[in-house]
Amino acid sequence: MRYRLSLKVGPIGFRIGSAWPGPIAALRGLYAGYPGPDDGIADFTVRLEPERPWRRWLRPSVAIHGDHMLPDAAPLALAHGLLAAEMGMNLQMALGLRRYLLLHASAVERDGRALVMTGESGAGKSTLAALLGERGWRLMGDEFALLDPASGALHPFPRAVSLKNSAIALMAADVPEDRFGPVLEDTPKGRIRHLRPRADAIARMADPATPALILFPRYGHARAIRPIGPAEVFVRLTQASTNYVSLGEAGFRALTGLVAATPACAIDYPDTEAAVSLVETLWANLDS
Amino acid sequence: MTGPVYRADSPALRLTIELEGLTLVYHRPSGTTHVLGPPAPELLAALAEGPADIAEMVRRLQRLHDLDGGGGIEPVIAARLEELEAAGLVHRG
Repeated sequence: MRYRLSLKVGPIGFRIGSAWPGPIAALRGLYAGYPGPDDGIADFTVRLEPERPWRRWLRPSVAIHGDHMLPDAAPLALAHGLLAAEMGMNLQMALGLRRYLLLHASAVERDGRALVMTGESGAGKSTLAALLGERGWRLMGDEFALLDPASGALHPFPRAVSLKNSAIALMAADVPEDRFGPVLEDTPKGRIRHLRPRADAIARMADPATPALILFPRYGHARAIRPIGPAEVFVRLTQASTNYVSLGEAGFRALTGLVAATPACAIDYPDTEAAVSLVETLWANLDS
Repeated sequence: MTGPVYRADSPALRLTIELEGLTLVYHRPSGTTHVLGPPAPELLAALAEGPADIAEMVRRLQRLHDLDGGGGIEPVIAARLEELEAAGLVHRG
């Protein structure tokens, strides 16, 4: 590929190639300060290529290719090349990861212990993790949490946070402008802007944490804390994992171990500030 | 023995975790995960002694779990065994 970038997010190395300079330049800016893969060897390759050769110049659209492919992944406009790179990285993780049980969850850490948040798209787990990452927690990741089947530890995946629509203005109040990527208008998910995590989250991307609390946040409801039985937590987490089935017995052992050892509940909240306060209350009560 | 005879894979082929009243089972031959509530785990435990028809199952459950031997229990056990059969954890014949 003509334009290339290699980088490491948590324990995973990526090599991203593009037929155009724009997406790589945007990635370089957004991922400034991220290390390269160990020994220069990437785990996954993402290729951003024209859908047809002539489409590189004429109404260019980006098709996402890589080691692992979805046949019906729709091409994106070149202006959304950064989103294409993000989707390509997600796709490689979701389809190809074998070393860790991949949970579609956000995670933050304090004192070596991890808070894991999972839920439907739009539940607010990404925004909540990003905000906690600015309020005294270490952001481990806004999209994926990696559970090590051997140790039960949670490994970070602190990629650039993908902020959508109203979350962009909310985070802009807490975060300096130079940590934001370009505004991507009219994407399939609406307006998107990426946010580089704080420097400490990047510097500590190799440090795992012990899972201490699992939350199922739900945005847009009156403040409430609802208990969830462990069997339901287990089932929800199998649904939140893209590689639970392919890991077989190791995945079963890892997930049952996580659920048996980690308290969990659902939280409803009307706005993100209420969620932060709920999280702090629950966290403070963990040991009491 | 009369009626269908049920059997289950060896318990060694299942990984079982208890979680607050429910039982999570990883079935090694199929790679599938099951969440079981009572009496499914008890039925699998009774079948660990070997194949059995419904009458034998009732006898084993009475011995293992102090089951009330009142009438009408056989259809209930047969229905639960059919569910386990559909899930691939119990086989007939």
